[in-house]
Amino acid sequence: MAEAPFGLLAELTHRCPLQCGYCSNPVELVRRDAELDTESWRRVFDQARALGALQIHLSGGEPLLRPDLPELVTHANSLGCYVNLVTSGVGLSRDRLRELASRGVDHVQLSLQDATRIGNDRIAGIKAFDRKVEAAAHIREEGLPLTVNTVLHRQNLDNIAGIIAMAEEMGAERLELANTQYYGWALRNRAVLLPTREQLAHADPIAAAAQERLRGRMEIVYVIADYHEAHPKPCMYGWGARQLTVAPNGDVLPCPAATVISSLKIENVRDSSLHDIWHNSPSFNAFRGFEWMKDPCRSCPRKEIDFGGCRCQAFQLTGDAANTDPVCSLSPSRSTVDLILETEMAPSEVPAMAMRKMS
Amino acid sequence: MTTAVALDAVPHIRRGVKCTYDQIRGAHVVLFPEGVLVLNETAASVVALCDGVRSVGDIALALGDVYAGVQPEDIAELVARLVERRVVDVDG
Repeated sequence: MAEAPFGLLAELTHRCPLQCGYCSNPVELVRRDAELDTESWRRVFDQARALGALQIHLSGGEPLLRPDLPELVTHANSLGCYVNLVTSGVGLSRDRLRELASRGVDHVQLSLQDATRIGNDRIAGIKAFDRKVEAAAHIREEGLPLTVNTVLHRQNLDNIAGIIAMAEEMGAERLELANTQYYGWALRNRAVLLPTREQLAHADPIAAAAQERLRGRMEIVYVIADYHEAHPKPCMYGWGARQLTVAPNGDVLPCPAATVISSLKIENVRDSSLHDIWHNSPSFNAFRGFEWMKDPCRSCPRKEIDFGGCRCQAFQLTGDAANTDPVCSLSPSRSTVDLILETEMAPSEVPAMAMRKMS
Repeated sequence: MTTAVALDAVPHIRRGVKCTYDQIRGAHVVLFPEGVLVLNETAASVVALCDGVRSVGDIALALGDVYAGVQPEDIAELVARLVERRVVDVDG
């Protein structure tokens, strides 16, 4: 039997005031009328805890757009879970935050699109910067630990030092600097987002120096740009190993992007229990362990480190989710990634960013 | 690469870290933004005494009453690992 998951990523809604073109939500966003109701989410939390989940990440979209968020926080907290609120900060007034904190939010992750108002609001597609700064101040006053999340790409990577300074100013205890991973909207906008090698060569040492300088004060997690690397990322630390995602409509996903694998039959909480889905479903068992692997992964010692990389990326770029992640230098499809880099890092004509919106 | 922790250092649980018992796993666990630590019995006893009052030496003494052969150096090493995982902070 598979080991119990540690965390549940609860995507309460896909609605969001922001329109970031790098959003990892699927291009086909779940509409409001298809969202799970309060009672269903409570049941999902109960089942996740019974299955072994100890962390509930309340995410989206923007979870503050769910009027039942306070009730859901109370419920997650009553189960003894660590409650993490993942938010854009838009709509997080002092009163709202106080209420959520009193009901049991343990930690807040606040997104920041760029170091400056102009940069931030251009990427977010709305005026959000000032509200983020205010939200950070409320979080600090309330005494909640804060992680600032910034997704890095060609449009903001040159400002990495400013982003680090901004997170310090906001009083963050952690800063996640994550180079864009290309799924959903980010995949669609890849030619606008892929950073150049020069940009990464400039940014990487700045991140490393800041990690050293801020040790013990602000932890910096730096997620690499995997297309530019020789080895794939250890995606999800293995399929169906540590975490599960429930999408706004109740779809249960081994990773947040898994709907891109069209060959995968996705289960839904309306039809089965999380226990059954985690342990017995074809989707969660499809890439568990090492048996499903082909070469070069099968005979590679690194399979214990990177688990063959990302299944979604393998599917998107090679058409078979069981192939080696093509960013791996040992993948027979590595040339596909190299071609993408060559043509999209600095395209002669940069397309306009497709802003994330419900169609 | 863990930094050594002195015997007179006073460890406390960091803000935002939750210590609880998980019935499902039958183990004490520490919950924090980055993840979950499942503790063995010794580690759970140490974490329970990281109260911002007792020093590492005090914790070793207290645990010496319960477990035979507790060495202060072992406690210091365990606390150092908890510091590295950002579960515990030390003063002094």
